[in-house]
Amino acid sequence: MDPWTRRPRRWVLVMTAGLLLGLVAVPTGAQAPRRGGTLVFVVSAEPPSLDAHREATFALIHPTRPHYNLLVKFDPLNYPKVVPDLAESWTVSPDGLTYTFKIRRGVRFHDGSPLTARDIKASYDKIIFPTGDVVSARKAVYEVVERVDAPDPTTVVFTLKWRSASFLASVASPWNWIYKADLLAQDPHWYERNVMGTGPFRFVEYARGSHWVGTRNEAYFVRGRPYLDGYRALFIRSGAAQVNAIKSGQAHVEFRGFSPAQRDEIVRALGDKIRVQESGWLCNNTVVFNTRRRPFDDARFRRALTLAIDRWGGSRALSQIAFVEPVGGVMRPGGPYATPEEDLVKLAGYGRDIAAARAEARRLLAEAGVPEGFSFELLNRNIQMPYEFVAIYLIDQWRQIGLNVRHVVKETAAYLADERAGNFDAAVDFNCDFYDDPDAQLVKFLSADKSPLNYGGYTDRILDRLYTEQSREQDPARRLRLVRQFEKRLLDERAWQIYVLWWKRIIPHWATLQGYKVGPSHYLEDLQDVWLSE
Amino acid sequence: MTRFVIRRLLLTVPTFLAVAVLVFVLVRVVPGDIVELRLVSGGTFVTPGVVEAERARLGLNKPLWRQFADWMAGLARGDLGVSMWSGQPITREISLRLQLSLELAVLATVIAVALALPLGTAAAVRRGTWVDHAVQVFSVAGLATPSFWLGILLLLFLLTYFRWLPPLTFTPLWKDPRANLLQLLWPALAVGYRYSAVATRMTRSALLEVLREDYVRTAWAKGLTREDIVRRHALRNALLPVVAVVGLEFAFLIGGLVVTEQVFNLNGIGKLFVDAVAHRDYTLIQGLMLVVAAGYILVTFLLDLVYAWIDPRVSYD
Repeated sequence: MDPWTRRPRRWVLVMTAGLLLGLVAVPTGAQAPRRGGTLVFVVSAEPPSLDAHREATFALIHPTRPHYNLLVKFDPLNYPKVVPDLAESWTVSPDGLTYTFKIRRGVRFHDGSPLTARDIKASYDKIIFPTGDVVSARKAVYEVVERVDAPDPTTVVFTLKWRSASFLASVASPWNWIYKADLLAQDPHWYERNVMGTGPFRFVEYARGSHWVGTRNEAYFVRGRPYLDGYRALFIRSGAAQVNAIKSGQAHVEFRGFSPAQRDEIVRALGDKIRVQESGWLCNNTVVFNTRRRPFDDARFRRALTLAIDRWGGSRALSQIAFVEPVGGVMRPGGPYATPEEDLVKLAGYGRDIAAARAEARRLLAEAGVPEGFSFELLNRNIQMPYEFVAIYLIDQWRQIGLNVRHVVKETAAYLADERAGNFDAAVDFNCDFYDDPDAQLVKFLSADKSPLNYGGYTDRILDRLYTEQSREQDPARRLRLVRQFEKRLLDERAWQIYVLWWKRIIPHWATLQGYKVGPSHYLEDLQDVWLSE
Repeated sequence: MTRFVIRRLLLTVPTFLAVAVLVFVLVRVVPGDIVELRLVSGGTFVTPGVVEAERARLGLNKPLWRQFADWMAGLARGDLGVSMWSGQPITREISLRLQLSLELAVLATVIAVALALPLGTAAAVRRGTWVDHAVQVFSVAGLATPSFWLGILLLLFLLTYFRWLPPLTFTPLWKDPRANLLQLLWPALAVGYRYSAVATRMTRSALLEVLREDYVRTAWAKGLTREDIVRRHALRNALLPVVAVVGLEFAFLIGGLVVTEQVFNLNGIGKLFVDAVAHRDYTLIQGLMLVVAAGYILVTFLLDLVYAWIDPRVSYD
């Protein structure tokens, strides 16, 4: 028999076996996804413009991301795995300098026009090489990119200036929505006020300050998706009103996160109608010291401040009332680059013997000539959860080594202005991002002439060198070692800035919401695979 | 009368100008920057070049006098400009919310007047009786109860006992009157109660004063019934201060429902104001202040006309 005629039979056999295996593998009681229904979720802030290339808030991602696709994306169910989205596959040249993406055929924008590599190139050109008065908030991330080419309608090629360990993950950025090249050519600002993508949901309505509505894209390129008929995002600023919206059944979920008290209130009210998913979070609170002021310019004083903090005890206590818990260094605890506990406890302020650490802190204070009862101010932003809880805890910890700290709380704009102007002694700061890669997590801590987010004003060329080396290192083990060196230098030896606690995402949602798995970033939900059981 | 109207209209020009200068200076004295809030407050790494480019795009790198002149030139053309935060025309941003705020203010006023006139009148006519005492308790409690707190209690009551909340999104009256009322009735009650307490006390004291007048005594002597005296003679004359209070409270409500709108998640002018200040959206704050100031000026102007209509002794010439 001709082998070509035998193939279909083998294929049928393999598929049948696969199907049977699949059926056996489905756990008893697991439901098949149901088509239909409208998901209603709360968003606690209002999006500014509608252009993700220029904005930086989840308030835009949550209501608007389902209208768009990315080139590649983080799998929301298996973070941080990078999976195809508009690219069906990709290859990397042996020298690591050329990434070639093959684009899916048959993808259409919501206006019916086909998507080609030209649209991908135009979108990335706007992100990486903005021209005129176009603003790209992510230009700095893609400094490594030499150029983007679209040699044919289904191929996009990125040429890099140097090897980058984080490039693929940075392409999976949830902010890199693919826009239509023709619209960008007509008006590069068009997407600031309009919506038109290839995503699983089409745009229906946006009432500013009130709600956002999307409906299923019947021509979506992933067969059978999305499951939902549509979704409705409700903009509710007040925390109490958000909780009430879920308790009353007017919303299924809020995708950013609630506090432990809010979680308990919802669970008390709704019992088994609610499920709670919790996860680590790629956000944390740090403390930045103004090294332009005395005695914050003295490493012994800064080290004493970090030694005084009982992070393990703080984690137990604060996690009862605020959405902070994991103790970690510069990389997310539980993430692929997390510092193991046996290494972590060797860093200043992470030891288990807090009495010994505080004795060492007092010795360092005396050595630095800082008297008992020395006073300074701790600048903070007026966001209770978790900033104010963290600050109050810090003040108590520093009081225990004889320091007198005054809590100065300002609303966000004034707080940022003070940080930028160096108008503070110490400030509760924060990091929040969408991926664990050290390139993203460590860039803030470079010397002040390289990082505009270095509010401490220090210069440390060793940190700068370690950052560059780890970023270009292709061997994961060697890269990890460099990250550890960076961490030791930043948090222990120089204590330029310190970490307090990492955040924990707490998502209570109606049990009818299925196909959703909480991940360590609140920027990743695209609603493609989400469904409602009722 | 015509001269009065023209004079009042002309007076609005310097009033507007004073408001414009004051608002422009005040919002820029407050520390903070819309560009930093937008690009940096989420913790994203953004280069200083990007921040500067955005400032230039919004015109924030120009000298202050130039920014003010540009704004004034726009106003002279009837153009309030665009929101620095959303890029939408300010007239559109405001008109979306003004409808809700106006409707809520009208509903609260209707509730307040419907409560205040009969209660205040009853208390004055039956001075010193249990009716008077009950009305006094009602109005003192109303004055002492902040609207937002009453709103929270109402929501908790509805949620706890009926597992029900007013709709969270606004439906215009002409689209679905029932949904519209379901959303606005509760906040209107919360606001209207306090508002009615003020008006009730004013009605009572004004009516008491009028009831002591000679012409009322004459009416009694002529044998008129109590209902006739109150309705046809006393109440009409007592209404002047009540109208003033009701009018000014109404003008205040247009922009003053900030906390109540937050509690009930209403998408009104108050909520927009809070967002605009939090975002340092200079152009929107300026536009909102002018609209609210215009509302005040218009309401006080209309009040003057209503005075003349209620009391023929009032002369504007």
